[in-house]
Amino acid sequence: MGLITPGLGLIFWSALGFLIVLFLLTKYAWKPILAALDEREKSIDDALKSAEIARNEMSNLKAENERIIHEAKIERDSMLLKASEAAKQMIDEAKEKAHQEGAKMIENAKATIETEKLAAIEDIKVQVGILSLAVAEKLLKRNFSEDAAQQKLVEELVKDIKLN
Amino acid sequence: MARKFLCLSILLSIFWLGFSNPVQAAGDGESKTGFILPHVMDNYEWHFATIGHTHVTLHLPVIIYSPDQGLEFFLSSNFQNHETHKFGKDYGVGGYYIDENYKLFAADPSRTFIDFSITKNVSMMFIIIAVLLFLMLNSAKFYRKNPGSAPKGIASFIEPIVIFVRDEIALPNIGHKKYRKFTPYLLTLFFFIWVGNILGLFPEAANFTGNIALTFTLAIFTFVITNVNGNKDYWKHVFATPGVPVPLLLIIVPVEIIGLFTKPFALMVRLFVAITAGHIVILSFIALIFVFESMAVGVASTIMVVFINFIEILVATIQAYVFTLFSAMYIGLAVAEHDHH
Repeated sequence: MGLITPGLGLIFWSALGFLIVLFLLTKYAWKPILAALDEREKSIDDALKSAEIARNEMSNLKAENERIIHEAKIERDSMLLKASEAAKQMIDEAKEKAHQEGAKMIENAKATIETEKLAAIEDIKVQVGILSLAVAEKLLKRNFSEDAAQQKLVEELVKDIKLN
Repeated sequence: MARKFLCLSILLSIFWLGFSNPVQAAGDGESKTGFILPHVMDNYEWHFATIGHTHVTLHLPVIIYSPDQGLEFFLSSNFQNHETHKFGKDYGVGGYYIDENYKLFAADPSRTFIDFSITKNVSMMFIIIAVLLFLMLNSAKFYRKNPGSAPKGIASFIEPIVIFVRDEIALPNIGHKKYRKFTPYLLTLFFFIWVGNILGLFPEAANFTGNIALTFTLAIFTFVITNVNGNKDYWKHVFATPGVPVPLLLIIVPVEIIGLFTKPFALMVRLFVAITAGHIVILSFIALIFVFESMAVGVASTIMVVFINFIEILVATIQAYVFTLFSAMYIGLAVAEHDHH
């Protein structure tokens, strides 16, 4: 057992000691420790990943909500537009119809007035004829002897005529 | 705290210098520095201190196997003079004796035997193993009892180192496919060397990780694991290096084969030299005190010893890291899968 010559006995004991330590520590220390470390690292990884997934889902959800709200707004706007258009159309139609109806009524009234007027004129014509005839008849019945008497007569007659 | 400790150690060293036994200090030149080499080498007894004439020593078992006499058990005190407590050729037992340089010999030089003694270093190894098992089994218990929670206590001290060895040594050098298989070996290697280095720095401790037998053994383990796990590519690189003309292979192949052995050899020598040199430097500064017998040198030496001790703590960690790193690299080279060539 010199300084630089390895002694066989010490080689034997250190090999034995090291192998025992290697066996005991591998079985009872390194494997449980390394397994625990792996497990912890895995659980931390998993936690981080699931947090990431949750964050992504949150942002997806938010985007989805925004999209839905946006669509709803567009729909509402289009509905409002359609409704106002429909209302306008209805008013226009009603106006048109009323206008037409009124024009038609005026037309009818005018036609009625015309026929009434014609009938009245006809009637007047007939009455005038009858009157003229009556005047003529009375004149003829009297003597056309005196002008003054005649004149008086005409005036009397005209007075008698009642234009009813 | 560190400053207080430093002041205290300086004061203590002055105190001990002032009252040290003049007889002990006035030995010959050999005895003033002679303790250095025996300290960094192995021994059959664990000598802690000599107070007056009383030796505080742990006598260790001497176990010898010889083909002719089988296993024999002695105690190291059997080989010592009962009064001087020194080993020597004259105090042999059972046909064996331990000489003054702490080497075991058979009285009959023609006999062959194997020395399985529980030496100072083997005892030191038992302490290291006990500390290792205590630390690791305790932290493993924490993980078993508190799955999924952050480490506390010893586990919080061990865990960063385990993660460092796994993620910075095993994973990048071996690759993500196979590193799991070798991580337990590398972890054991790192902690065995590191705890050994640190405990070796304690006063009275043995220089276990600076012993060439231990570094030899660990290097052999790495060598065996590397070559047992070597894949086709690895052996092809050794015996038929791709892309090299046949005449050059005559030179390359022997170099590659030598390379197989120089790798563990470098591992063995590096750890042995780094740790032993550190111990020798510290002991040399302490020896300076006895050589010069001067208070000024005592103070300066003590400061230097404290300084070197801090460096040695660093070296202890670096050497454990380097040994593990190179082991991982050699294993990584052997199991690497090449897509090209």
